[in-house]
Amino acid sequence: MYKLVTKRVLSDVSTLFEVEAPLVARKAKPGQFIILRIDEKGERIPLTIADSDPERGTVTIIFQEVGLTTKCLAKKEAGEYIADFVGPLGKPMEFPEHPGRIIAVGGGVGIAPIYPKVKGFYQAGMDVFSIIGARTKDFLILEDEMRLVSKELHVCTDDGSYGRHGFVSDVLQNFLADGEQIAEIIAVGPLPMMRAIVNQTRPYGVKTVVSLNPIMVDGTGMCGACRVTVAGKTKFTCVDGPVFDGHQVDFDELVARSRMYQTEEKQALGHCRCGCGGEK
Amino acid sequence: MEPNVTKKHPMEEQKAAERVKNFSEVPYGYNIDTAIAEAERCLECKKAPCRQGCPVEVDIPAFIGLIKEKKFGEGVFALKSKNNLPAICGRVCPQESQCESFCVRAKKGDSVAIGRLERFLADWELEHGVDVPALPVPTGKKVAVVGAGPAGLTCAGDLARMGHDVTIFEAFHMPGGVLVYGIPEFRLPKEIVRKEVDYIQRLGVKLRTNIVIGKTITIDELFSEEGFHAVFIGTGAGLPTFLGIPGENLLGVYSANEFLTRTNLMKAYLFPEYDTPIKVGKNVAVVGAGNVAMDSARTALRLGAENVYIVYRRSDKEMPARLEEIHHAEEEGVQFNLLTNPIKISGDENGWVKGIECVKMRLCEPDESGRCRPEPIEKSNFVFAVDTVVVAVGQTPNPLVPQTTAGLKTGRRGTIEADESGKTSRAGVWAGGDIVTGAATVINAMGAGKTAAKAMDEYLRSLPTA
Repeated sequence: MYKLVTKRVLSDVSTLFEVEAPLVARKAKPGQFIILRIDEKGERIPLTIADSDPERGTVTIIFQEVGLTTKCLAKKEAGEYIADFVGPLGKPMEFPEHPGRIIAVGGGVGIAPIYPKVKGFYQAGMDVFSIIGARTKDFLILEDEMRLVSKELHVCTDDGSYGRHGFVSDVLQNFLADGEQIAEIIAVGPLPMMRAIVNQTRPYGVKTVVSLNPIMVDGTGMCGACRVTVAGKTKFTCVDGPVFDGHQVDFDELVARSRMYQTEEKQALGHCRCGCGGEK
Repeated sequence: MEPNVTKKHPMEEQKAAERVKNFSEVPYGYNIDTAIAEAERCLECKKAPCRQGCPVEVDIPAFIGLIKEKKFGEGVFALKSKNNLPAICGRVCPQESQCESFCVRAKKGDSVAIGRLERFLADWELEHGVDVPALPVPTGKKVAVVGAGPAGLTCAGDLARMGHDVTIFEAFHMPGGVLVYGIPEFRLPKEIVRKEVDYIQRLGVKLRTNIVIGKTITIDELFSEEGFHAVFIGTGAGLPTFLGIPGENLLGVYSANEFLTRTNLMKAYLFPEYDTPIKVGKNVAVVGAGNVAMDSARTALRLGAENVYIVYRRSDKEMPARLEEIHHAEEEGVQFNLLTNPIKISGDENGWVKGIECVKMRLCEPDESGRCRPEPIEKSNFVFAVDTVVVAVGQTPNPLVPQTTAGLKTGRRGTIEADESGKTSRAGVWAGGDIVTGAATVINAMGAGKTAAKAMDEYLRSLPTA
C-alpha cells in the first residue's frame, strides 16, 4: 500500500498528490512515469512523474479527471492509501544537442507532464520559454510553478477567460517567426494539440518532441498495448518512450487507438466503487 | 474389479457446451477412488524410466506407491521434496512429452496418468491443510530472486529450504508471472497459484511486489545497497512479437500477452465489476498454434465470440501446442485454418479491424536441416471477415535487466547467456527460464530454477561467513 501524503486541489478537475514511494523517488528522472492502481479491482493507469523528493521519499503526481480511475483518485484524501504504485518507468528525457532556445508547450492535460521537463531543463541550467494554455481558466494549473522554472512564461486560454485570448500555437508562431534559433520544441497535451503543433513546426525543420500517454497495461514492455508507429516502425511507448520525435509519430493511428475503449470507459463510470458515481 | 491396464482412468471435466460460457476450471481432477485405481496401474519399476523425463527430478514411483497405500500426506511430502509447485505442475506440465513418455505402460497402451496423480495429491493437500517442512539452520546468506514466475518461485523455494534468506522482487502487483497473467483461469485457477505462492512464502521467502528490477532497483544495487550475496534472474518473456504485416496497429488487434493479461491478471472478464475492459468481437482470428494461441482462442470464446479461428501457416502436425489443449479447443468449437498465412489486416473507416487477408501455404520437401518450410501458393489469397485479431507468435526476452546491468552477456536475440547451471557472465548472478531459453514451458523454467538453486547454494556456502 502506498500512502497519499499531501493533496492539493489545483482546479475543478485537477489534483496533485504526493505519494510515499521512496524507491521510486530515489530514481525518478524528468520524463519518466509511474503506473498506479487504486484497489484490487482497479485498472493500471500511467501518470507522469511531476516531481520527486528523494529525501522525503515522495513522488508527486498531477492528473486531470478524465475517467473512472482519475475521478475516484481525486476523491481520496491525504492520509489514505492506494494499492499499487510502480516506477519509475520509461526513458528519462534527453537534452537537446544543438544550441538555441528551448520552447515548452503544455496544453490542458499536458501542463502537468510538461512541468517536470521544464524543471529538468532549468536545473540543468538551460533557459526555457514556456507556453501553457487551456480551454478555459478552470483548466489552467501550475502557473506559478511554471513561472519559477521558465525564462519566459506565456499563458493563454481558448476563450480568453485568462491570459492571452487564443491558442498555444498562436504564441508558438511568434517564436517560430522571430528568427531566434530554436534548439528544440517540446509539446505535451491532448493528441489533436500535439498533432497541430508538429504540423506547425514541420515546415521550419525545428526538432519537436512530444510525450505520449497511450493506453497501457503492464508498462514494462510486456503487453504491447501502448504501441505507436514512429518513423514507420512499431515502438512501445512504455520502454521506447514516452518521449518521441513528434515529426515521426503517426498521430492518426494514435488518435484512433486512444478511442479503443470509449464505450467501456463510459460504462465503467456507472460502476465506480468510491461513491463518486462517476459524477463530478 | 480388474483394472483396465491399457487405458488411463479418464478425468471428469466440464462439458464443452457448458464450459465455453464460464471461466471455471475444465477438468475436475480424480477423486480418491479413481486416484488409487490409477495408481494401481503403476508397475513401480526399479529403474523408473519416468524419472528421467522430469525436469525437477520428482521420485514418481515413490509418490504413486504412497497413493496406493492411501498415505496421501506422505505422498505429498515425497512429491514436494522435489517440486514446490505440484498443484500447478499437475495442471500445466506437458507430461505426455516428459515423464509419461518414458512410462513402461506406454509401450502397450496408455502411460500411467502421472500428471493427474500429481494433481490429485497436491489438491488433496490444499484441501486438508498444507504442512511446511522443518527448515535448516539459517546460513546468513541473502539471495535476491528477480521475477515471481515459475523459475523464480522454484529457485526461491529450493534456496529457502537450503537455509538461505530469500527475497523475490516482482514487477507486477501480484506474484505468479505467467501463471497469473498468461495461463487462463479455466486451465489454472488463480486460487491454486495463490496457495502455492503462499507455501513458498511460508518457507520463509519474502516477496516484494511493484518493483521493476532494472528500473526501481538495479542488479548492481541489489549487491551494493541491499546486501544480497547472489541474484537469480527469472524475468521471463517480454516484448511481444508481431507479424510485421500491414494493419497490426488497427483497433481490435491484440498481442496475446495483452489479451491474456487483461483477461487473467486484470480480470477483464468480470468488467465492469473490475475496471479493466477488453473488446472481443463476433469473429476472432488467433494467429499462431502454440499453447498461448489455444489459451487466447478459448478465452475469446468465453468472452462471447461466435467464431474463433486459429490461423497457422503450417499443418496440424507442426502445431506446437499440447495435444490436450488442441483437443479442448476443438471440442469447444475453435476452428482451425491451417496452412494459412496472414499477409494483411484491413480496417474500417474508424480504424477497426474488419478482415484478415491470408494466403494458402504448402509444405515443401524438408531441406538439409530436416525442416519443412511453408511456402505460399500463388494466387491463393483470400480475405475473411474478423473484428478481433490476437497475435500469438511468441515474444522476445524482457530487455530491462540486460539493458541496465553492465557485464551481463546476452545472446543474439536478447536472451541472457548462462551455462548449464544457470551461471551468467556476472559473478554471483544466475538466470533461468524464458529469459535464457526464449519462450518455453513452465516446467522447463522450474527445472532451470531448481538447477540454479543447487549451484547457488554451493556458491553461497563457499563465501566467507560475515
